[in-house]
Amino acid sequence: MTTLEQAIDFSQHRSPVSRILGSQIFWVFAAAVLACLALTLLTDSFATQRNLFNVTRNFAFVGLIAIGMTTVIASGGIDLSVGSTVVLAAMVISVLMSTGYPFWISAVAALAAAAAVGWLNGLLIAYVGMPPFVVTLGMLSAARSLAMVLSNNKMIWEFGPDHDLLLWVGGGSTLGLPHPIYVLVFLAALMSVVYRWTRWGQYVFAIGGNEQAATLTGIPVKRIKVSIYVFSALTAGVAGILMAGWLGSVTTNLGQAMELTVIAAAVIGGANLAGGQGTALGAVIGALLIEVIRNSLILLGISTFWQGMFIGCFIIIAVAFDRIRNLSSSD
Amino acid sequence: MSRLRLTGISKSFGAIQALSDVSLEVAPGEVLGLMGDNGAGKSTLVKIVAGNFRPTHGSISIDGDTVDFHKPRDAQRQGIEVVYQDLALCDNLSAASNVFLGREPRRRVAGFRFLDYSTMHRRSAELFAILKSETRPRDLVRRMSGGQRQAVAIARTLLSNAKIVLMDEPTAAISVRQVSEVLDLIHRLSDQGISVVLISHRMPDVFAVCSHIAVLRRGELVASKLAKDSSPEEVTGLITGAIETA
Repeated sequence: MTTLEQAIDFSQHRSPVSRILGSQIFWVFAAAVLACLALTLLTDSFATQRNLFNVTRNFAFVGLIAIGMTTVIASGGIDLSVGSTVVLAAMVISVLMSTGYPFWISAVAALAAAAAVGWLNGLLIAYVGMPPFVVTLGMLSAARSLAMVLSNNKMIWEFGPDHDLLLWVGGGSTLGLPHPIYVLVFLAALMSVVYRWTRWGQYVFAIGGNEQAATLTGIPVKRIKVSIYVFSALTAGVAGILMAGWLGSVTTNLGQAMELTVIAAAVIGGANLAGGQGTALGAVIGALLIEVIRNSLILLGISTFWQGMFIGCFIIIAVAFDRIRNLSSSD
Repeated sequence: MSRLRLTGISKSFGAIQALSDVSLEVAPGEVLGLMGDNGAGKSTLVKIVAGNFRPTHGSISIDGDTVDFHKPRDAQRQGIEVVYQDLALCDNLSAASNVFLGREPRRRVAGFRFLDYSTMHRRSAELFAILKSETRPRDLVRRMSGGQRQAVAIARTLLSNAKIVLMDEPTAAISVRQVSEVLDLIHRLSDQGISVVLISHRMPDVFAVCSHIAVLRRGELVASKLAKDSSPEEVTGLITGAIETA
């Protein structure tokens, strides 16, 4: 006989299988795998080494920044400036390298420029109390403009003495896998641990869950917020450096509208725009799905104009899933 | 010796006299019901004890030592904890995470300091056992009943070894069954020797748990007596002013 207590216990402690079936990440991953299978059967070009190499590398850039974005979104904020931070970091490293500085110094300077963007974002949001949407929207405009000023709006494709090193770092591969993938896997693993097992991770989610409660319990909310935006900007900075090496040339329209793809990846991967939820794995899988869709449209000969339609639908479906789940779990 | 003693507390905000010459005592383990109409000065008094405001005149002493709070942290250090009306919990975190929020124990592994979940789960299970609550450490607060949420908020105060717990309308927005859970929780705190100051509008709740009742009217203390020597009718009269003092 099932007593009421047992029934309640059962509904609150679901089996591992039902927990997996209830998770958005699983369904998004299933969709991505399904799309891959269909493409393998429908086209000759998908499952080629060359194409898979491209897919993995392309999604790594979005995935990297989506991990930063997931952190921001989990804390209840948003960062619209990541696309511009990408171009700023790429421009700083390419301008410095083209004037003869070695790779490492230029890379550190590029990351410092990215961190400065995040720091300013965080400062205005946490200490001045401005809404994240407005601050980072302003920064979206300002950082790209700064990149134009730095480069005089010219394309840079000569990277000085360490030219080959930069191209190897961003565009090369080791053991058959493109380098950006290694960075992505490392960051995803690192942040999965950080989210769950460190105070910083705990506080990010606490701030996203109930900022006032976090403040009352003595969590240094403002400092944590600044660090969150710095982290987000740094992921964009790393992506910018890698993209510079991958493309072999940098123009000022690099990373344009990338913030939307990144936010889409984070949301499809289960980050809740209301704050308090999100995983690093989800960000990666969200980015994967978007790249597979993009790739499949090209391979199937469908106009890329449809790309936005597909991604838009996926965002809405992902959020609808979340909504339905919340409705069924609350009584 | 009284746990908390307020002597001649007055507070004015500009021309407005919020409290005038309030003196009160709370013994260890005693539950004091603080009653009064809206604007009678209950919240102001609680905020003074919690360190949010400083009194214009008068003094506070804890266990016989005079204290002076400049900010809430000072009051916390002296063992005063507040359970807020909206409970100040993070819905998206587990019960254990909420109990330990802001003071998580950590364990050093390979030079890095990681959250010590096993200690957090074990300690919060112990605290819930003391409170005789069925709350489970791993459950998300989002999925909890109002009574369980109260247990989490109150377990926080046990963790910090509070001497005095101030509760602002803990039973205002929950179901009848949950009210009795919360009143049980207050009894548990009292059993632990913790003094409780309960602000409530709900007469039955106050008479169910409070040994002592204090009534404020327009910033003045009009009654402070044992609950068994009073009655809901008398307190109502005192609150409205139908009865001058008692």
